[in-house]
Amino acid sequence: MGIVTNNLSFTYGKKKALNNVSLSLTAGFNVLLGPNGAGKSTLFSLLTGLTQTAQGTIHINENDLHKSKSKIMAKMGVVFQQSTLDLDLSVKQNLLYYAALHGIAPKKALINIELILSQLSLTERLHDKVRTLNGGHRRRVEIARALIHQPNVLLLDEATVGLDVESRLLIISYVRNLCAKRDICVLWTTHLMDEVESSDQLIIINKGEIQAQAQSSELCEQYNVDDIYQLYFTLTHTTEAV
Amino acid sequence: MTLNHYFFCCLGIIKREIFRFFQQRSRLFSALVRPLLWLIVFAAGFRAALGVSIMEPYGTYITYQEYIIPGLCCMIVLFNGMQSSLSMVYDREMGSMKVLLMSPLPLPFLLCCKLIAISFLSLMQVYVFLLCAQLVDVDISLFGYLTAAPAIFLIAFFLGALGLLLSSLIKQLENFAGVMNFVIFPMFFLSSALYPLWKMQEASLWIYWLCQYNPFTYCVELLRFALFGQLNLTAFIVILSATVLTAVLALISFSPKFSQQR
Repeated sequence: MGIVTNNLSFTYGKKKALNNVSLSLTAGFNVLLGPNGAGKSTLFSLLTGLTQTAQGTIHINENDLHKSKSKIMAKMGVVFQQSTLDLDLSVKQNLLYYAALHGIAPKKALINIELILSQLSLTERLHDKVRTLNGGHRRRVEIARALIHQPNVLLLDEATVGLDVESRLLIISYVRNLCAKRDICVLWTTHLMDEVESSDQLIIINKGEIQAQAQSSELCEQYNVDDIYQLYFTLTHTTEAV
Repeated sequence: MTLNHYFFCCLGIIKREIFRFFQQRSRLFSALVRPLLWLIVFAAGFRAALGVSIMEPYGTYITYQEYIIPGLCCMIVLFNGMQSSLSMVYDREMGSMKVLLMSPLPLPFLLCCKLIAISFLSLMQVYVFLLCAQLVDVDISLFGYLTAAPAIFLIAFFLGALGLLLSSLIKQLENFAGVMNFVIFPMFFLSSALYPLWKMQEASLWIYWLCQYNPFTYCVELLRFALFGQLNLTAFIVILSATVLTAVLALISFSPKFSQQR
């Protein structure tokens, strides 16, 4: 189980967004770290199949994304950077709609929804319209939605951006717990360095190229630096990430 | 994926459209007010000025109100089809479209479900309008109500697919409003919705030919006959062909490869 990309390249017109990106992600918490414009979102878009690969291959759970998209999507959960909830519908209606898109019967979906929402302390908001929720709650609903169909690959694109500290901690610890309990491959895309732990698999991307990929503590050792901040600065020569 | 998956998916998409429709109560209100104004105010004024002689499928002279009923029903369907497609542009701008694209079920199937949902909503609105029309002495038999349903559904599917095709070609919501002016009004006015084509032929031959080539004319005629329990075969064939063609083009235009190329 996991994600493997081989020589993935992508251009917007003449601008090269990704250049020969080769990755191998297994079950566990994988962090994709990079400054703005590094190619994180492009990579995310390619991994979710929203953008078609021009060059290179993507295999998810040992299936070629180009050939077996349906099989892959059935086991992939995604949280996009931009909110994709329907504001005029309730939390329940949003989640049931997503479950339906995966062909899950409403009764079965409701069992999953109630369980996930209770873990995310959102049970009481089940019938509330999404419009009435704050940013942190909306984000939690999106995470709940990505988990309804019990995926074994979970992609989150800057899932904590714009949230207060409490919401950020709750979300990241929930996803980490999920990783520990279940055999699931998580790709956590971020530009926030304080979200990286020493045991995480870290991928640093800059200017469309992978700068390093290994366990973050190993990378610190390898580059002879004290912490992620120094590692990041050494590899990207930028101070943009926080 | 089994048949059950497809069934629950289709049901979910239809439910979502219904929920959304009832969340926007003003949409139902405006969908009814528009044709009712035409029926009660416009048609009342023209009733005295215009007489409609005996023509198929009517067995006798009819009032102008009675004549424009099928056109107004199609007007509801046209507006609903375009408005639902507008929501696709909104979904794309807001990002909700990504959710649809993340489904493991094939995109053409998902879009067809969306069209079924749009058609179902159109059908419901037309029936509410027809019930309101009874108040101004427009009589439709129970049989007419029944035979109109498949015709309305087919017309709604066609106009929904047309809207879907347009929404795939439009990048911003602002542009959509402009395109509507170039689609809704010409389609509606250059048809047999408000006046019989033989009257138009007497007035202007080139406009008459434009009306003849307008598929909306055939939508109106299909429904006009269906309300009398009859099938206008020419209109049926034209609309069926137009539906297949438009739906195929809409599905192609929504494929990721095509979207990316644009």
